[in-house]
Amino acid sequence: MSATVSTPRIAWRLSTVVEVVSETARARTLFLNVPGWPGHRAGQHVDVRLTAEDGYQTERSYSIASAPEDSRLGLTIERLEDGEVSPYLVDELRTGDQVEIRGPIGGYFVWDISLGGPLLLVAGGSGIVPLMAMLRHRNAALASAGVEARHRIPARLLYSSRRWEEVIYREELANLAKNDDTLEVVHTLTRGAPDEWKGFTRRIDRMMLAEVAWPATERPQIFVCGPTPLVESAAEALVDLGHQPELVKTERFGPTGTGSSG
Amino acid sequence: MPPGQYETRDFPVLSAGPTPRVSLESWNFTLQSASNESARWTWTEFLALPRETIKTDIHCVTKWSKFGTDWEGVTIDTLLAAAAKQGVEPSPYVLARCDGGYTTNVPLADLMGGKAWIAFSYDGKPLPPEHGGPARLLVPHLYFWKSAKWVRGLRMMENDAPGFWESLGYHNYGDPWREQRYSGDE
Repeated sequence: MSATVSTPRIAWRLSTVVEVVSETARARTLFLNVPGWPGHRAGQHVDVRLTAEDGYQTERSYSIASAPEDSRLGLTIERLEDGEVSPYLVDELRTGDQVEIRGPIGGYFVWDISLGGPLLLVAGGSGIVPLMAMLRHRNAALASAGVEARHRIPARLLYSSRRWEEVIYREELANLAKNDDTLEVVHTLTRGAPDEWKGFTRRIDRMMLAEVAWPATERPQIFVCGPTPLVESAAEALVDLGHQPELVKTERFGPTGTGSSG
Repeated sequence: MPPGQYETRDFPVLSAGPTPRVSLESWNFTLQSASNESARWTWTEFLALPRETIKTDIHCVTKWSKFGTDWEGVTIDTLLAAAAKQGVEPSPYVLARCDGGYTTNVPLADLMGGKAWIAFSYDGKPLPPEHGGPARLLVPHLYFWKSAKWVRGLRMMENDAPGFWESLGYHNYGDPWREQRYSGDE
């Protein structure tokens, strides 16, 4: 194994829940204090391990929602009705409870301002979570950098949700966009919109991407995260529109059809 | 069930980028030695090779395991034997290369002895593109990222070299029974 370099093992750390924020009826954010946390890059995830009283252990992976600049680690978790772990994390865990985590994991689906822009984010449902870490990082890192720096790294988010009340981070996204004319947030609502809604009401498709995305000649860095069918069709449409496949980074969850796992 | 895994009855899809599309007319598969000798098969030639049906459990590093999956494919032993007749000598390490630029490294010993295949059928049907079709490497005794989707060739090497995920914090070998998920796991 001459090519391998020995690296320290990513340790399990006992974290403490310091705040719980309800995002939607099905999603909550757990803010954790993690002693010894080495820091992360926006887009990375952690493994969470639960141990039952009889010693049974089970693990799941969750994307990090917080910016690297945030002193607390934020995980936004959506309850899967048939899930073994997410109902506990969403419904049971309280401030002061402890949970084992390991990370950060993943070195490809990551972005920071040193990688530049434009930054195009495409999300479906809870696929917003790692992309929110990128937007929070962009906002925090550019806060003191001045207007010019923002204009060098403009960002657009196209975010597909089923209904308006299921949009995770809805108010924070609106506030980020309101205070930053180099950030555009575009929603599409696929299963019913408010009466006064003037935005998109269909699944993300090629025409929508052509309208929202920068042209391929601008070479945006593209991150797509969501259920597999959404990611498959959005990534294919982006390549059809001329974006180079190596600039389209994807993270899929769930099986080929609709539904979810985990 | 390997440690830290849970069972799923779905078949989740995990890929780092868009699903590459390749026509079967332009598809080929190359087995290359460390000294750059190579054997190559077109899609038609590949399908004419002796094939096996495989029933196996698969284990993804993202925690899901799926039991009793059904595949059809050609063993790497078959490809090595055919390539040896064309002067392609084995070397101890292998890098799988794929459409879309993905790579992964596996010791040759893990690909021999009926433990690994180039699979082109899943559940009795042609392998769908999102699951790696037209053909993927199948090395089910290692975490499933080693079973490279859209595989187009195996290059043998005298020295080990990390592939895509192996360069990005994942374990170099990836044995699910020893829970070798990330760099540094023993």
